[in-house]
Amino acid sequence: MEADVIDMLVGIEPGSALDMIRHRRPQAREQAQASYRALVAPEVVGGVSATERLAVAAFVTGLHGEAQTAAFYATGLASAGVSAELRQAVDAAISAATGEGPYGAYPAGPLSREDTAGPTHRVAPELRRLLGDRLAAAFEHMHLLVFHPRDAAPPALQALLDAGWSTTDIVTLSQIVAFLSFQVRVVAGLRTLAGSL
Amino acid sequence: MPDTIIDPAPHIAPVVFTRSLLDWLPWLEPLAVEALTERHMAALVDAARAKSAYFRLLARDPDALQARTLTDKDIFYNPDAGLPRAERELAAAATSRFNGCIYCASVHSRFAATYSKREADVQRLLDEGVGANLGERWNAIVAAATALSATPMTFGPQHVERLRRAGLDDLAIADAIQASAFFNWANRLMLSLGEPAATAEA
Repeated sequence: MEADVIDMLVGIEPGSALDMIRHRRPQAREQAQASYRALVAPEVVGGVSATERLAVAAFVTGLHGEAQTAAFYATGLASAGVSAELRQAVDAAISAATGEGPYGAYPAGPLSREDTAGPTHRVAPELRRLLGDRLAAAFEHMHLLVFHPRDAAPPALQALLDAGWSTTDIVTLSQIVAFLSFQVRVVAGLRTLAGSL
Repeated sequence: MPDTIIDPAPHIAPVVFTRSLLDWLPWLEPLAVEALTERHMAALVDAARAKSAYFRLLARDPDALQARTLTDKDIFYNPDAGLPRAERELAAAATSRFNGCIYCASVHSRFAATYSKREADVQRLLDEGVGANLGERWNAIVAAATALSATPMTFGPQHVERLRRAGLDDLAIADAIQASAFFNWANRLMLSLGEPAATAEA
């Protein structure tokens, strides 16, 4: 049986206190792993290729700064047999896109006083050449969802369609970044809890 | 024909956080009800979700939707001890308030208010944001949810200790972590694939 990614990244040993805690929410444990499989390592890849899924996962977890999780997905990308150039381009894209969130604007009205300015990320031309238009557009969208999701608007989806992603591909890409935003937080949260058990 | 963006029908966009019932309008084409196969229906988990544009859009990737939904249900509905349902919903509402998801916050603030009977405190969270004073136990849950939702995360041992002092046991703390983490998933889908709209009863 494949290793449970969250257990592995937290360092949960069978029979440990945290293993028992996760055992009390067995379906969440099993289905978080099933989500990982469906999104990052599916048997049938559909319109988003295996390499694209791994590149996006490496980028998204790299932006979160959770070292073990980022290293896991970086290794996943490296193991997929991609070129050294692509791996270096993903690393460079992470360094160029790092930031702090959540920021963004609300619909004009009483909440406008909570609007917080921040960058809209654009992949630099030299990285775009290495990543290709599809991945570059995906990375720009991933940055939006990681750091300032409340700025999301239809033009961001149009940019993905223009880069060659289909509606179904966009659903998958959105699920990948959204799921990883969950997984990285479960890992960090449970590891912190484990430190005080 | 290449895929296109959908222009939502004319509607009133909510401009405040509210416990009122909101609609959600997709920016991308959901699957048509009549196009749903057995695989899609299984992915929806509850057949009633075929009525929802949001779930029919997510059904384009049925494996991901099904696993997402089953994860969600166990984190929020598993009745075996841990954090009371009201406070799992509080963590969801606080995360949604912090990330800025007006739609998600409306649904889960309603649930938090219903299960806790503390409508005024839930409304204060919506009105004032995650810094609202809701009493120490709720403040500790909101602070933990917020620290876990920041990028990079600022969640640390001090948050765990504060939750423990507020009376949460280890399973309850794990529930708070998973509830907040899950809304970092849900908020990003709801915010980026469509928009909220006021309904007639709002």
